[in-house]
Amino acid sequence: MAINWFKYSSPASFYFLAGKMVPFFSITAAVLCVAGLYIGFFVAPTDFQQGEAYRIIFIHVPAAWMSMFLYVVMAVWSGIGLAFNTRLSSMVATAIAPTGAMFTFLALWTGALWGKPMWGTWWVWDARLTSELILLFLYIGFMSLQAAIDDPRRADKAGAVIALVGVVNIPIIYFSVKWWNTLHQGASVSLTQSPKMATTMLTGMLIMSLACWMYAIAVTLIRTRVIILERERHTAWVGELQGAAR
Amino acid sequence: MKPRHKKLAIIASGVTALGIASILVLNAFQSNLVFFFSPTQVANNEAPMGKSFRIGGLVEEGSIKRQTDGLTVNFVVTDTAKVIPVQYTGILPDLFKEGKGVVAQGKLTDDGIFRADEVLAKHDENYMPPEAAEALEQADKARQTVLVQ
Repeated sequence: MAINWFKYSSPASFYFLAGKMVPFFSITAAVLCVAGLYIGFFVAPTDFQQGEAYRIIFIHVPAAWMSMFLYVVMAVWSGIGLAFNTRLSSMVATAIAPTGAMFTFLALWTGALWGKPMWGTWWVWDARLTSELILLFLYIGFMSLQAAIDDPRRADKAGAVIALVGVVNIPIIYFSVKWWNTLHQGASVSLTQSPKMATTMLTGMLIMSLACWMYAIAVTLIRTRVIILERERHTAWVGELQGAAR
Repeated sequence: MKPRHKKLAIIASGVTALGIASILVLNAFQSNLVFFFSPTQVANNEAPMGKSFRIGGLVEEGSIKRQTDGLTVNFVVTDTAKVIPVQYTGILPDLFKEGKGVVAQGKLTDDGIFRADEVLAKHDENYMPPEAAEALEQADKARQTVLVQ
């Protein structure tokens, strides 16, 4: 039996599908987070250079990865919404933005806390740090532009343009430590090279990344449901939901 | 071509054009995006002399000497090909060690000593920075080509 995917591009049916998926992703996120933090704090060895201070990596790196990954996902859904005029994809893009901004802020903040004891400074204007700061501004720009436009469909389109323009920043962030001299060190984990970390450290970091991923999905689904209700409040099926709730 | 495919093509070509534009812009600003200069680059006069700039490299083994005032420290920054002697008065980061990465901001004075007003530690991703490793590698290559000649 073929699944009718288009059925779930309708906000009404996605609303119920998302509602069923939220508990799964929330619970997975919580379990992985506990496991990841346990490994990070109690199992992973002390670092030869940085001592215990390196343990902030278990938050910093997953947050930084998610900040970039979520932006790409947001841009892709925005682009699909723009090209195919699908309402739901634009709603998902709008729902991703605050979580992406939060992870970007978290990456910058934990980076500052890490930079002070290790590098000797909270902040430097090197290519990696500056491009990540630009990413935060792109998220904020996307959200404020959408908030400033009353008509949601027009807001979707305007936001999509920002999201697509900003996507060029992602490879810049990722490769900044390769292309230029930066204070920030190069990648410890990449697809092309074997990881430059002890296995337990890496395991903890990957589990934390997965936890952040699951959290991002859960929160995005919840937020999409709210956006659907808000935008479809005049429709019959939302009216029925309200009737049932009373 | 359906209208939506046309739209998709426009978006894709727009993003591609933007990507190419940013590559060109970044290439043009290449030299301004450099956070620090290696001793070899300084020796080749690539750094802005007379102005404040940053140098980066490794602290040479056995080169750290503290003055009697307890705050002023002299050390040598190397990329294994060229060296720059540095003088700095102030608090050093914990990771500042011989043989480890360092980035110092300051001015190169006429006597050839780099007077730093900020010294930052640059640690590597092995829990050697790719730039320093690359600088080392390039310096190695440069030295080898000199030897061959």
